[in-house]
Amino acid sequence: MSEIYAWAAIGLIILASTTGDVLLSYSMKKVGDVGELWKQRGMLAVIGRALSTPTFALGVIAMGIAFYSLCFGLSWGNLSLVVPASASLTFVTNAVAARIFLHERVGRRRWIAALLVAGGVVLMAV
Amino acid sequence: MTFRKYLVLAGITLFSTAGDALLARGMKDSGGVSLHHLSNLLLIILNPWVASGIVCLLTFFSCYMSALSWADLTYVLPATSLGYVLVAFIAHYGFHEVISPTRWIGIMMIAAGVGFAAAGPSLTPHRTPHAVSQEINS
Repeated sequence: MSEIYAWAAIGLIILASTTGDVLLSYSMKKVGDVGELWKQRGMLAVIGRALSTPTFALGVIAMGIAFYSLCFGLSWGNLSLVVPASASLTFVTNAVAARIFLHERVGRRRWIAALLVAGGVVLMAV
Repeated sequence: MTFRKYLVLAGITLFSTAGDALLARGMKDSGGVSLHHLSNLLLIILNPWVASGIVCLLTFFSCYMSALSWADLTYVLPATSLGYVLVAFIAHYGFHEVISPTRWIGIMMIAAGVGFAAAGPSLTPHRTPHAVSQEINS
């Protein structure tokens, strides 16, 4: 029964994490290169610019949901299943979401990588 | 790619792995989390293992935000590829979890896949509506 709970938690981690990753990536592209901004205008400017981006807060909330789902998942399932399965499947869903929502060029190399990762996850669940 | 950017990517791998492992150790201490006692989930952060895990995950988050500001999401995620292998080693040697040969092959496939993606460019030109229509017509 705890196996079913663990997989339910993995599903929630993937959904929340993908949403959070896309929102945060979008926000940070708007902020600009953090290293350069830090050098030119200091740490407070970096924090201020990130916090003033509305999608940043939504991304953090989504990542918070993913974090608590991970806590549930780790209490029900093995570390060697919950972490790799959720993180790697998130990699595949992120590739799809990044292409659709962030308009990133996900080339053949990155798609092959996504299939390798998905295959690896199937083997891990056996 | 500068040395500083490689350090940021290394930070993502190391701190996310350490954070997950410390969190797992703390969650095992707490036993199973019941859906009927959700308040316990808030008190769990007082556990030293969980608290240390959160510190590591916050450091990971800072490195992750920095990387996302100069690289594609589909590039940054593979940068944590070695983390999967590290987690498996920690689970096996640290928590004495049994990892079957099939699961080891799965972990290797994941590492190979993400390594394959990471060998590409960190930032690709974004798809404009014009480029998308050209892709559709070709």
